[in-house]
Amino acid sequence: MAQASGGAARPVLEVEGITKAFPGVVANDDVSLTLNQGEIHCLLGENGAGKSTLVNMVFGLYRPDQGTIKVRGEEVHFEDSGDAIARGIGMVHQHFQLIPVFTVAENIILGNEVTKGAFLDLDSARRQIDSLAERYGLAVDPDATVGDLSVGEQQRVELVKALFRDADILILDEPTAVLTPGEVDDFFGVVESLTGQGKSIIFITHKLREVLAVADRITVLRAGQVVGTATAEGATQQSLANLMVGRDVVFRVDKAEADPGAPVLRTQDLRVADDRGVETVTGFDVEVRAGEIFGIAGVEGNGQRELVEAICGMRPTAGGRVEMLGQETTDWSPRKINELGVAHVPENRSKHGVVAQYTIADNLVLNRYHHRKFSQRGVRNTAAINAEAQELVEQFDVRTPGVDAVIDTLSGGNQQKVIVARELTGDLKALVVAQPTRGLDVGSIEFIHRKIIELRDRGVAVLLVSAELDEILSLSDRIGVLYRGRLAGTVNAADATREELGLLMATGSSGGQR
Amino acid sequence: MTTVEHAVGATGASGRVGLNRQSITGLVFGLLGIALLAGVAPAISGNSRRFNFEPPPDPAGIGFHPPTWVVAIGVLFLLTAVLGFAPPEARRWASPARLLSALAVIPLLLVLSLALSDNPSTNIVNLFNESLVLATPLALGATTGLWCERSGIINIGIEGTMLAGAGIGYMTYATIGDAQSTGWLWFSILISVLAGGLVAALLAVLSIRFGVNQIVGGVVINLFALGLTGFLRSEVIVKTGITTGVGTSEFGLPLLSEIPVIGDQLFRGKPIYWMMYLVVIGTWLVMFRTPWGLRVRSCGENPHAAETLGVNVVRIRYQSVILGGLIAGLAGAWFSMESQTRFEDNMTNAAGFIALAALIFGKWTPWGAFGGALLFGFSRALGTRLQFLGVEVSGFEIPSEFLQALPFIVTLVVVAGAVGRSIPPAAAGQPFQRSK
Repeated sequence: MAQASGGAARPVLEVEGITKAFPGVVANDDVSLTLNQGEIHCLLGENGAGKSTLVNMVFGLYRPDQGTIKVRGEEVHFEDSGDAIARGIGMVHQHFQLIPVFTVAENIILGNEVTKGAFLDLDSARRQIDSLAERYGLAVDPDATVGDLSVGEQQRVELVKALFRDADILILDEPTAVLTPGEVDDFFGVVESLTGQGKSIIFITHKLREVLAVADRITVLRAGQVVGTATAEGATQQSLANLMVGRDVVFRVDKAEADPGAPVLRTQDLRVADDRGVETVTGFDVEVRAGEIFGIAGVEGNGQRELVEAICGMRPTAGGRVEMLGQETTDWSPRKINELGVAHVPENRSKHGVVAQYTIADNLVLNRYHHRKFSQRGVRNTAAINAEAQELVEQFDVRTPGVDAVIDTLSGGNQQKVIVARELTGDLKALVVAQPTRGLDVGSIEFIHRKIIELRDRGVAVLLVSAELDEILSLSDRIGVLYRGRLAGTVNAADATREELGLLMATGSSGGQR
Repeated sequence: MTTVEHAVGATGASGRVGLNRQSITGLVFGLLGIALLAGVAPAISGNSRRFNFEPPPDPAGIGFHPPTWVVAIGVLFLLTAVLGFAPPEARRWASPARLLSALAVIPLLLVLSLALSDNPSTNIVNLFNESLVLATPLALGATTGLWCERSGIINIGIEGTMLAGAGIGYMTYATIGDAQSTGWLWFSILISVLAGGLVAALLAVLSIRFGVNQIVGGVVINLFALGLTGFLRSEVIVKTGITTGVGTSEFGLPLLSEIPVIGDQLFRGKPIYWMMYLVVIGTWLVMFRTPWGLRVRSCGENPHAAETLGVNVVRIRYQSVILGGLIAGLAGAWFSMESQTRFEDNMTNAAGFIALAALIFGKWTPWGAFGGALLFGFSRALGTRLQFLGVEVSGFEIPSEFLQALPFIVTLVVVAGAVGRSIPPAAAGQPFQRSK
């Protein structure tokens, strides 16, 4: 990426020696960072490395324990984000800070309302938004209700919101996590047009490919400390990953050729409605064979959640059928499906994966506490449960003080390992797994991927749903793209390209026209 | 191509899932329609009846033949039922038909009650006016709830807040005013309003500062107000000797009250009643047309988003809850200084809870809440009217308690079908913690 024009680097934001501790953890330890006028500065690090904490301090949401923040050479102390906004700092949060029932215009002006007398002046707000949208190429409809917009459109609203406040330092917290590959390219275009007009950008991500694509400079955080800075020219994916994790990282998942057997899981014209009653799975057909991994790619919100929940018996179907091992299992209870030998690693870890206040041992037997082995005549056999838990904790490398620790005290990665340990134990025929590595560090991701492949090699049929295209590509044997509730296309993983999948995800067809 | 498919899919889906409520509502209307046509219409007397528009003597009005009306409404119900099951092309008529049928329940109740009584006529303009007046505390209470819940605080302590306003206001009047004149009356009403604000401030501190569960906080307010006002009545009000006072007096709106026949009935009223309209209109304007209102609504939907834009969520919630409390205090004054001119223990008699029902019914909008309040006001007025009329079914006089409850039950059941699901502000009830 070419260095931004404009002569000598002029710092617009200087963070010096910032330390911030939360009870039990030092989130930022003596962190320093400089952002120059017109540059894209990537902040790279694993989850929990302290990236969000750092930018939340720059944006005035947290107050640092030590250290100083300077904006255009002047030291600042922000009491709230209103102060940061007044200094020309804007932030697009990872989880959009939008109000779904408000219109685009209302969302944008909130906090900086345009008024005529005592009343809101939505007409002139609309004009200002239109002119901003035109200037930066961010098409938004001021009168649309935000809840009806796509994720990409919502992100544009967030950007316009920051620009509306005259932000010239923009903090983008994992902006690409929710976008399709095509949208990501568009987004990079927008980002470049912003720096072209003099804006300076802090870009947070953990995706190495993106860093190398857009960054002028890179700062890597690990465990709250800056472990390295680099320019985009000198860096490679491997060097950045090693910095980020602190050891050598293996990217490729090693796996043998699949040897598919008989069909295990089949759906026919499956239809499922979401919580609002809108049908989001609209006729889904798939057949997953023993010993293969069928990956489902797709932008989130295309029916993934409802599909998985319906297959696993957690949500009633609205039509069609589900078959497993040759029997119809449509609308069976989750336990009945589970007893058939179908395991489920749910997308929503804290809601459907664990009981947060239970111990690790109890969480590990949630799906079989009633079996003869663990309870006799209605009384739990604690000794047997603990013994089983101890074994699983060792086998799955769960880092915990003990099996009687409350699971809520573990990190996300360790919680996920507990879920995987529970679900992957027993006589499995099929595994339905959704977003298995979301939010996990590279080490846990490697581990869980290996376990899934192991299972496949033992002849289990695996249905993998993931929003991470890289994960889909490296694990799957066949890949289906879910678009508006049905399969837009199926390809063999060996022949699949990111571009083809990206097009399918964005438009539902691989053909020329949009 | 894909968009077309999607659109078809979406309508198909909503039709299919919505069918549940639609078909139940359709079934209810169908059964009602059949009952009206086959059971009621032949059974009720064919003597003509009259709706009057003004009090006797010699009132203007319209006469009607009850069975004809019953048949007409029965046919409307049946049509609504049929449309509920009609093919998709005709479905778009189903929703307006349901609304029309739901509204038709009101004339149906009037026609039936008159047909089943010995009285040949009743004044319906006056009935409408009574409904509006009885809706006053409900609309004010619902507006209280609106301000609280739109800012993210669930307030089930409206009942207690009103009661405290009624009791403390009247106590002020009894202590410093006198029984014959209206001196200090307005000051006492002001005290009612402030008392409401104070009680709401207590709820605000409990739920915002200390993060107490908002439902528990509301229950505490209700119990506290009941005990406090009971104590004040027996220890202060009774001892002043002024157990009945002088209330606010009626006045007519200029010009409007001059309208022949209806003007004098509809456009004469007491001050708190008129203020209720100002409060509803003002609430609508402030909440939906001003920057502050926008911020209040954002705090009830996504306080963290509001915070990232520099909105002071804690302050906004305090302001809204206390504003709501002031309104509830005014509703309290209506009880003890406008509707009645004395204070009785528990005189609000669950109006605060009915106000909450009106709020939910009105889908958390000022005009919807007002409509809900009006509906419950009408139910109450009609319940009383039914007792006067002495409704008999085949020689058996229906107990008055049942008559009082009947309109509530009928309107709730029928309108539930027409109003449908009501979605509260997303963050209502969630404590907010500022980022550190």
